Amino acid sequence: MELFNSESKKIISDPINVNNPISLQVLGICSALAVTIRVDQAIIMSLAVIFVLASSNVILSMIRNFIPNRVRIVIMLSVIASLVSVVDQLLQAYMYDMSKQLSVFVGLIITNCIVMGRAEAFALKHGPSKAFLDGIGNGLGYGMIIIIVSFFRELFGSGTITLPDGGAGYVLFSIPESWYAAGYENIGLLVLSPGAFIILGLVIWFQRELIGIEEEA
Amino acid sequence: MKFLKNIFEKTGKLVEKGKPLSWAYPIWEAADTIFFSTDSQTKSGPHIRDNMDIKRTMFFVVIALIPCYIFGAYNIGYLYSNALNIDSSFIPSFLFGLKYVLPILITTFVAGAICELSFAIIRKHEVNEGFLVSCALIPLTLPPTVPLWQVFIGTAFGIIIGKEIFGGVGTNIFNPALTARAFMYFAFPTKMSGDKIWAIGVDGYSAATALSVPANPKNYDTASNLFSNITQFDFSNMNLFWGLIPGSIGETNKLLIILGGLFLIYCGIASWRIMLSSIVGLILTATILNLLAPFSTNAMLTITPLQHLLIGSFLFGIVFMATEPVTSSHTNRGRWIYGFFIGFLTVIIRSINPAYPEGVMLAILIMNMFAPLIDYYIIQSNIKMRLGRNA
Repeated sequence: MELFNSESKKIISDPINVNNPISLQVLGICSALAVTIRVDQAIIMSLAVIFVLASSNVILSMIRNFIPNRVRIVIMLSVIASLVSVVDQLLQAYMYDMSKQLSVFVGLIITNCIVMGRAEAFALKHGPSKAFLDGIGNGLGYGMIIIIVSFFRELFGSGTITLPDGGAGYVLFSIPESWYAAGYENIGLLVLSPGAFIILGLVIWFQRELIGIEEEA
Repeated sequence: MKFLKNIFEKTGKLVEKGKPLSWAYPIWEAADTIFFSTDSQTKSGPHIRDNMDIKRTMFFVVIALIPCYIFGAYNIGYLYSNALNIDSSFIPSFLFGLKYVLPILITTFVAGAICELSFAIIRKHEVNEGFLVSCALIPLTLPPTVPLWQVFIGTAFGIIIGKEIFGGVGTNIFNPALTARAFMYFAFPTKMSGDKIWAIGVDGYSAATALSVPANPKNYDTASNLFSNITQFDFSNMNLFWGLIPGSIGETNKLLIILGGLFLIYCGIASWRIMLSSIVGLILTATILNLLAPFSTNAMLTITPLQHLLIGSFLFGIVFMATEPVTSSHTNRGRWIYGFFIGFLTVIIRSINPAYPEGVMLAILIMNMFAPLIDYYIIQSNIKMRLGRNA
């Protein structure tokens, strides 16, 4: 089956590993900084991005032969914007608390460079099945990084790990009161955006170290 | 010395390339160069023959800091005995303060050494003594009550994020000691600001620093009047100078800082241009704000230039932090600009933003960021001038 040959595997695994949209291409940083205060936000956000990326890639790839080159950006934007509106409405209907926490950042998926970038660079040049895999792969690559960042930010910044549920989130783990009594303190800096920058920088550092990529000076 | 030389020669063979202990070479090299000058020779130019290598330079800075440590420890004990109305003579006060200063100092050195050594071993560069100065500076910028584990994390952050990720000593953008302090300030605000942390007394003892008095006044008044209303501490200019007031460990006594600064200038380590121009910048800005004070209800605007000089860590910052050779400007004209803006920003942050009563730390970090840009334009304008002359 075409879906599972080695080329397809590479399309999925590359963006997670050696061509990660956040840590290697450094795209989509703004939402990665904004929604990583809590793990549950990051999980829902990455699910939303995976959905939008995969569907926009498939739709645009299917109509790629009918799009006039000069208006392709407008068409891409309208497809992505409609998909984002669907996600936004779904969140408001079924996960109202989460939708309020994520606030504008769901809507801002439209402007996420990863979505536009993959549509432009991949979907308009490949068939729907490959475009689908590329969307899933890039979404997973994005999700992996923001969940890692949010894990450290929430654990050390707020002292909890929250998983998503229908309401305000299910607290999986929280640092025991006795620790606080013994003098432990949450690192307030990590709740602020500079803290996200620092954690993201460290994640990028470690991932590049693992892969062995060095940027040319 | 013969005995030491033998030890180093013998152990040196153990850490040569190819031996199982070769990973420990940076540690051996660091210990060796503390006692003996290096026997490696420069193969290409420029050939400068001078005993003042990085190690000696850093060592002089540490010497200049020692008086601040001694006074800092004494001041902790003095304020404590004042709060409890007990004997405040030098030796018992000093020993009392030492109980607080020494653990902080040891923690910073342990954290700094762990970070520096692990980077030296992984990246295979020599241990650079820059971390000794950073680690010697960090405790002086902290309040005496700071928890040690926070000191550890802050120091590690300063050494790794402030220095090592840029490539180690000589290539860093920000002053590592100030990076550590800024991290701790924003990460643990309750232990780094407020009026409960600057002096040790009985539980819940509160001691406001001089800067926080006009920053949170009960009624609007000029800063001098607000100071004279405080009976707990003597905030007269004279006592601000002598430093028997609450504050970070090393910054209260201005005389010792000035002496340290003169010592560094005499040794040719610190740039007098930076110190002088920051003082000029501070005085000018404070004078302008004084003129504007009648139009505002912000008591910080009424602080006179002299008080601005004596309050807080301004002198400590410009003598020991702003003049750091790596992160400051490298051109002489650039140093004037760099220093001037440190003075300017310090007063602006102190006076205009009530959230940060002290602005030296942020002012120096901001100007660290701009120092390469200043240098670039100074050099470009010099090139242009000389081109024009020969055209």
